[in-house]
Formats: sequence, C-alpha cells, structure tokens
Amino acid sequence: MFDTICAISTARGLGAISIIRVSGPQAISKVAQIFQGQNLNEVASHTIHYGHIINKNEIVDEVLVSVLKAPKTYTMEDIVEINTHGGIASTKKVLETVLETGVRLAEPGEFTKRAFLNGRIDLTRAEAVENLITSETDLERKLALNTVDGKVSQKIKKVRDIIVNLMANIEVNIDYPEYEDALVITLDNLPPKLTEIKTELESLLEESKIGTLINQGIKVAIIGRPNVGKSSLLNALLKENKAIVTDIAGTTRDTVEGEIELKGIRLKFIDTAGIRKTTDLVEKIGVDKSLSILENADLVILVLNNNEKLTAEDEELIAKLKNKTYITYINKNDLPSKLDLNQKDNVVYGNTTTPDGIESLKNKIIELFDLEAINTSNLEVVSSTRVINLIKETLESINNALANVSKSIPVDMIAIDIKQAWDLLGEITGESYQDELLDTLFSKFCLGK
Amino acid sequence: MYDVIVVGGGHAGCEASHIAAVLGCKTLLVTANINNIADMPCNPSIGGTAKGIIVREIDALGGLMGIIADKSHFQIKMLNNGKGPAVRSLRAQADKITYPKNMLKALQNTKNLTIIEGMVEDLIVENNQVKGVVLANGEKISGLAVILTTGTYLKGNILIGSENNPGGPHGEARSNHLSDNLKKLGLTIQRLKTGTPPRIKKDSIDFSKMQEETGDQKYYTFSFDTEPLYQINDQQKCFLIYTTKKTHEIIKANLSKSAMYGGYVTGVGPRYCPSIEDKIVRFADKERHQLFLEPESLYYDEWYLQGFSTSMPKDVQEQMVHSLPGLENALITKYAYAIEYDAIDPLQMKPSLENKIIENLFTAGQINGTSGYEEAAGQGLIAGINAHHKLKNMDPLILKRNEAYIGVLIDDLVTKGTAEPYRMLTSRAEFRLLLRHDNADLRLRKIGYDHGTIDETRYQKLITKIKAINTIKDILKNTNLSLNPSTKELFKNHNLEVPNSSVSLYLLLKRPEITMDFLQELIPLDYPAAILEEVEIEVKYEGYIAKAYKEVEKMLKLEEKLIPEDIDYNAILNLASEAKQKLAKIRPQSLGQAARISGVNPSDLSILSVYLKKKYHK
Repeated sequence: MFDTICAISTARGLGAISIIRVSGPQAISKVAQIFQGQNLNEVASHTIHYGHIINKNEIVDEVLVSVLKAPKTYTMEDIVEINTHGGIASTKKVLETVLETGVRLAEPGEFTKRAFLNGRIDLTRAEAVENLITSETDLERKLALNTVDGKVSQKIKKVRDIIVNLMANIEVNIDYPEYEDALVITLDNLPPKLTEIKTELESLLEESKIGTLINQGIKVAIIGRPNVGKSSLLNALLKENKAIVTDIAGTTRDTVEGEIELKGIRLKFIDTAGIRKTTDLVEKIGVDKSLSILENADLVILVLNNNEKLTAEDEELIAKLKNKTYITYINKNDLPSKLDLNQKDNVVYGNTTTPDGIESLKNKIIELFDLEAINTSNLEVVSSTRVINLIKETLESINNALANVSKSIPVDMIAIDIKQAWDLLGEITGESYQDELLDTLFSKFCLGK
Repeated sequence: MYDVIVVGGGHAGCEASHIAAVLGCKTLLVTANINNIADMPCNPSIGGTAKGIIVREIDALGGLMGIIADKSHFQIKMLNNGKGPAVRSLRAQADKITYPKNMLKALQNTKNLTIIEGMVEDLIVENNQVKGVVLANGEKISGLAVILTTGTYLKGNILIGSENNPGGPHGEARSNHLSDNLKKLGLTIQRLKTGTPPRIKKDSIDFSKMQEETGDQKYYTFSFDTEPLYQINDQQKCFLIYTTKKTHEIIKANLSKSAMYGGYVTGVGPRYCPSIEDKIVRFADKERHQLFLEPESLYYDEWYLQGFSTSMPKDVQEQMVHSLPGLENALITKYAYAIEYDAIDPLQMKPSLENKIIENLFTAGQINGTSGYEEAAGQGLIAGINAHHKLKNMDPLILKRNEAYIGVLIDDLVTKGTAEPYRMLTSRAEFRLLLRHDNADLRLRKIGYDHGTIDETRYQKLITKIKAINTIKDILKNTNLSLNPSTKELFKNHNLEVPNSSVSLYLLLKRPEITMDFLQELIPLDYPAAILEEVEIEVKYEGYIAKAYKEVEKMLKLEEKLIPEDIDYNAILNLASEAKQKLAKIRPQSLGQAARISGVNPSDLSILSVYLKKKYHK
C-alpha cells in the first residue's frame, strides 16, 4: 500500500481557512498523536471534531478536524483534513507538526494520482483535478469543476453510445445474415448515421475552443515599428489591471511578459523583443523571429502612429497579418492625423493621456473572442489537450468512414473505422468496455436459432 | 496403458482423439455409444458465420471436420457473400446420418486409435496428476493424459414443460458421478442450459406455403484438400416461414408452463440462442419471427424447425407448431426440449486447455462452457495436440487472437470465463479482417506443419500457393494498363469508367469497381480461383489490412510483457480487491491477457505494470 502523505490543499495566500490534507493508512493515527480533543482513532467516519494541534505541549492552532475513512474518500484511503485558521504562519506550523510525525509531504498532484490509481476517478477527471489545483481564474475553476463532476465524460459517453449502437447493428447484420430482425446497414443508410456522429464530435471540438481559451488564455503579441508606443500601450494595459508579472515560461516556447484578466480570461502578452529588434539585426533573422511570434499569437495588436504616414515597413507587417486575428491600434490620436490607412474593421484609436483607447481596445477584444458569451455559458466543455487531440482523431476516423462509403467499401470494413472511433473515445475516459458491444448486440436485437 | 484417453465421442472428442493418434500417441476414445460418434443432436448444419471459418482453421491445422463435412452435406452456401471478404463464411446442411458415419470411418482408419464403448464415472488421480479413468462397471483404464469431451452428458437433464428426465440427447444415459468427482478434485462446476426445436415429419408439411431457400450456384469446399463432391443442382432446399399472431398468443397464454419460465430450469442459457418464448417475452414489439425448415437427412424424413427452440409441454408445442403456416397438420416426431448439464469453469484451464489443478487433464467442448459443433471441434483439436505436446515435454500450441478464431475462442474462455454457453461471433474477434475464411491455410498450415499435424505434401501445397500469390502480385505491379481502343472498349462494355491515365494493374485492382474477373480479361492469369481471390482481397484491402497489423503489433507488445507464474498478487497492495481476486484466479500469462479480464481496470494494469518493473525489472 502507499505511504501516508500530507499537503496544504487550499490555495496559498490569504483565505479564511486553510486545509491540510493527510491521506494514507496512518492518516488517522498520526493526526491523533498531535490532536488534543476526542481520540480520533475511535471516532466514526465522516465526522468533524473541534480541538487543538499540539506540538511539544504547546498549542499550535485551534482547528476543526474531519475524519474520513476509506474507501469513501477522495483517494479511497483514510483521509484526515485539518481546517486551520488561514494565515501562512500558523498553517505552515501545523503542516510542520504533521510532518514531524513521520508523514511525507505530498508531491504536486499526488492525491489525484492516488484517486486515479485506486480506481476512484477516470482519466478526464484526474486531469480536471490537476487543472482545478492550478486554476487561477474563476472560469478555470468552474470549468475544472464541471470536468471533475464528470459532465464532460458524460458528453463523450453519449457520443460513444451512438457509435456502439451503430456497431452492434452492423455486427448483427454480419453474424446473423439471414435474420431480418435488425435493420440492415447499407452504404445508403450509413452516411446519415455517420454524419450524426460527426456533428456531435464537431460540436465537442467547437466548444472545446472555449475550454482552451479559459485554460490557456489568449496569447497577445503587440507589434509595430520602434517608437510607435508599443511599450507604453503594454504598460498601460498591465498597470491598470494589477498585472501578474511573471517570469515563468508559458506552455509554448514564448516568454510571457505579463498577464491581465479580462472577463475571466487571461490575456498573456508575449515578448515581442524579436520584432522590436528587427531594425537592429540582420533583416532575415528579424523576419523569421517575428513570423514565429506571430504564428504563436492568438491575437495581434498592430500599433501604428496617427501622426505619421504609413511606411513600407508598416505595410510589410500588415501583409504578414493577413490570416491572423488582429486589431489595429492607432496611437497618438491626440496629434494631427497623417495616417493614410484604408482599413475600417477592428481599428481602435487611443493615446497615452486618456484611458479611452485602452477601454475601446479591451471592448474590441471582448467582442472578437466573444468573452461575454463564455461567461454565461454552462462551461461543460472539453479543455484538455490530450482529450481534444483524441476527439480530433476520432473525427478523422469518422471522416475516413464517410470517405470509404463514397468509395463503396463494404460496410463490414467501414466498421473498422467506426470501431477505431469508438476505441479512441474510450481512451479519453480511460475505461475499458470489452463486453459492452456484445451486451448491446444481445439486448437490442432478437437473434437465434 | 494408453498415452491419451479421450472421454466422449462428440465433435471435440473426434478431433482430439484423431489428432493425438496422428501425432503418434497411443490413443483411446471411450464413448457411451459407438453409433453416436460425431452425433449432431441439434441443428443439421456445419459452419455458419465465424463457425465456418473455424472449420477451415481446423482443416488448416490437420483436423477432420472440414473433410468430413465436404463428404456429408446436401446444401452449401457462402454467407455474407454480398459483404466484405472478412466476414464471409461457409455453411453446409450436413446429413445427420452421413456425417457421423463418415467420421466413424475416418476414426476407425486412424492408426494408433482404439475406440471402445463405456461410461466414464471417475478419474484416477494421484498427487494432482491424472493417471487414467474409471468406467461405470468399475473397470480401470490407465493413461498418461486424459481429455474430457463430455458434451451435455454430465448430469444431463432433459426438460419438456414440467417433465424432467435425467439423460443426454436422444434419452441416452448420462454420466451421473463424473462431475461430482471432478468437484471433489477441486474443480468448480457450473450448470448450463441449451435447447433444441421440435422435429417435423416431412410428409405432414405443406411446403407450398413456404419460401424456398436454395444452396449457392457455385462450388465450395471447407477443406483446402478436397474437390467438391456434390452436384450444384442436386442440393436440397430449405424453407422459410414466419410465426403468426396466433403463435404469439398461444405462447403468452402458456408461459408459466414452460420449463424456463415455470422455474424448472437452474442452468443459464445463451442469449444468442433464445427459445421462442424468450424471443416473444424480450422482444414483445416484434410482430413475427423468422423460422427455417431444414431436412435432417436424406435417409429419414424428419425436418428441423430452426428458430423454434422451446421448453413448453408437449400439448402446447402441438398448438404452437400447428399455428405456423404450412404446419397446420404437422406431425411432431420429436418434441423440443431444453437440456441442463454440468460444465467446468473455464477459468480453471490454462490456454493449452490443460487443467490448472489436475496435471495432464485436458477438457474441450461443451464441458468448457461453449456451444456449437465447430467450437467444440476446434478445442478438441487443440486439446489433442497439447496433450501430445505435454507428454513429449514440448511447448503447447497456443494460437493468438490475431492468428485464429480458435485462438480468440480459447483466450476468451480462459481469460473471461463464461456465464452462458459461448458461441463464436465475428464481433468477438478484434482482427477479423486478418482471420478470414480464405486465408486460414496461409495463417495456420505452417503452424500445423511445425507442430507435426500437417504432412510434407500438404505443406508443399501451401508453399506453392504462397509463391503463386507473390508471382501474381508481381505481374500486376509490373504490368501497366495499355489504353488502346480495345481495352477502352472493354471498360465500356463492363459499364466501367475508362481510366484517364495508364496505371499498373495492381493499382487498378484497388478500385472498388474493378474485380479480378475483369482483370483477367486484360491479362491472362492461369491460376486457381482461390488463389486469384486471395490476391484480389490482399490488394484491394491492403490499407485496412495494414491498419489491422498495426493494431496487432500494439496488442502483441502487451502480450510480450509476461507475468511470472509465481507472482503473488496479494503482495501488490494497491490493487483493487476485485482485480486481485480475478488475477489470482485466472493467473494471466501476460499483461495483454490481464487487460482483457473484466473487472481489471486500466488503473489496476498500471499498478501491475509498475510492480512488474520494480520487482522483476521487466
């Protein structure tokens, strides 16, 4: 069996209470050693007890302790949760006291890993818990909670059920060719059924964009010639929103200069140093670098100077943005307009002296990414990259099946593509349904000799 | 003193005793009644979907069923002919007199094989190793290995309504004590049930109200070594009818009188072979059910009413049959009955079909929880081979799931067990595209040759076939279609689109509308039809076949991760208790097999695999 582990399981920082979770075979006995109050070794499961944590005869904190006995717990092991009075110092002290009893400090995600290994949760839920732990915005938390709840798994299972019914029907046609009890699936009636599955998968993918947006935020690149006001724009955006300045590398190779939250979605400004340096460096390197930055950005803000004519360099940048989502921010609109830009869509004006430009810019972003709608959606969407990739592969299998229908490949061969789709969706939840197909086959169709 | 003693002369026992003798074992076949060797107590047919492929596999491995069926049928059909090649399968209406006769003759002509009559009631077991059998009359016969192929005769009970008569099919004597004695030796016994429909006297049937079902207008054989022995036009007809509203009313009104619904049966019946009362209860919205009338033999005049299996009392059966179109005045010669019998829990077998508890004891067929002549014969063949191998200290023949339906069958049995009589279905095979009826010899003849069941002559035939296949593929790859007026004309005559560029014939054959028959008009290919068909399938479905092989590789990777035989699952503390129990009982040989056990979750597998790595550095 696993050893006993503990960790602070509430978010670090200021909060009314902090919870220290202890899980493992010795969870109850170890905490009982340092708890003054009822003898925890003798209390019933799923009960809460008031008392004090004692370290070398001194009271460390006044606490409430929940005792949860296996297997009906998050990890399916014995769990004790110590609710302390918040405050970094006292929480740390309680944790140290627990560690002194010989309990090991948990590694990040270890509780969830145990929940998965002990068979308590499936893979999508395990992933979601990871997301929940690392979530920083409210939307991220809400999304993760829905996944923990299994709402996303249920959606995937629904599609899987449609597929399994179709498969069972095809199998019946094969194994009982002379029985007419089941509808015979042919190349003519198969496409609508496949299209139904395809539509379901596509809508899962479409919705997943929201999930990705919430979990990964919007990567924004601010570009423009030197001295058009990129830095001041960035600073204005960051300052006003108590920017979380971070030096952590993002999920991709971009360096994030700072983040702000907009309607619950994180805007991550990626370092555009490469572009800023284009003029100093050999032309070729500069262009390559700027191209890769542009490629990685979900949104580009092109900054132009209202007081200057459009330069060849500006035109070059605009040309590069042809296929990107971008907003043109025309700076220095307090100065006379000399800019000859014949562009109307997604253009925002501003200057450094008033906040109006920043406001319009933010409204533009909200509009472009439909952030209001995300805030009001029920957020039962797929957000893990692993799951999204598997859904994409599933969709590919179904598309293959459809393509093979048009090539007049026999239905029992196309069944291979369909089975692949079913297997891929099964991989998402990590469940095995070896006999599910046969069960469906026998429960739906009347067969026999 | 025998090397191998086979108990029971059904389809499993015939194959087991024959192959053990062929391999050189001094073999004894003990059967209750020599006239019932290879008896067909249920449907008068050999083959069917998936089952027909098993027959071909048996043939490819040196078994008898295909050869005997080819000699003994009066109608043959390729099922699923309109579908893809992977699901095609032969079914023959076998003559219930001729088939057993031909099988008996074949066995009597087998060197090293002795057949005696007797009822085995006990085993001689010393130190958990079988040493022989004890007959009902007390006679003891010693043998180094014993193969039990007892069918439905272990404590068989025939049920018709509330009537309950101890006995096997045809009211034959049953074995009263063998299953109890097996239980004493530590085997788990389960009770299973199956059933058979009524038989009708031919001249009481009005065929004019029925739809004819004829055999195919093309010659087929099960065996890779026989030429067709029948005339297409001499094939017998079967007939199709439907149940009526009245039939359903009679059944509903008398439901409580049936052995099944009246609670007289304790055995578990199969879902795929439900009785007619089952069908009407479970699928209440169906207005009618299909039934087939099939002749049992050319030598007597009983017809088999397929689809009408029931355990109703005789008077209700009379009413039911008379409610069917064309059977208003039918004379029932044998009433339908349900039969309950003892079987062992197949989880107690190794994949070699040797028992885990008693060494040198093998089991095959219905005793292992299967249903069907073909499933029984396939296991019998493997049990016979492995009994020989065990005595000779050779590694057992274990067919993989990607090699044969027989492999799927045995792996399912020893890995998942079965709560109902197990019938093979194509959907049980994840690699059915590889397990085709046409390539059974390509899959298995070499294996048979390596294991001593296929002789040099037959092996050379295989080599010749493989060479021919490769030669034809080369010809097709190296021949480009010449787009001259005459070939263009040919395409048009066949209503085919004329290709706009000259492609190789190989690529041309990949197009769905292009057949091998058509290619032969473009280029002379003087090869047997079976070989041309093989090439056509391999070329046309190359992409799908390659995909299947990729999946096989994935599976084999897990199969290669072997679990040591002495592993102590209790030492793996984090395993869920259900998984622990199942793993300890089944003792899978590989991580792949463990993955197929129901109740063993992916998380259990990850724990097991981590444990194996840590403990055994695997």
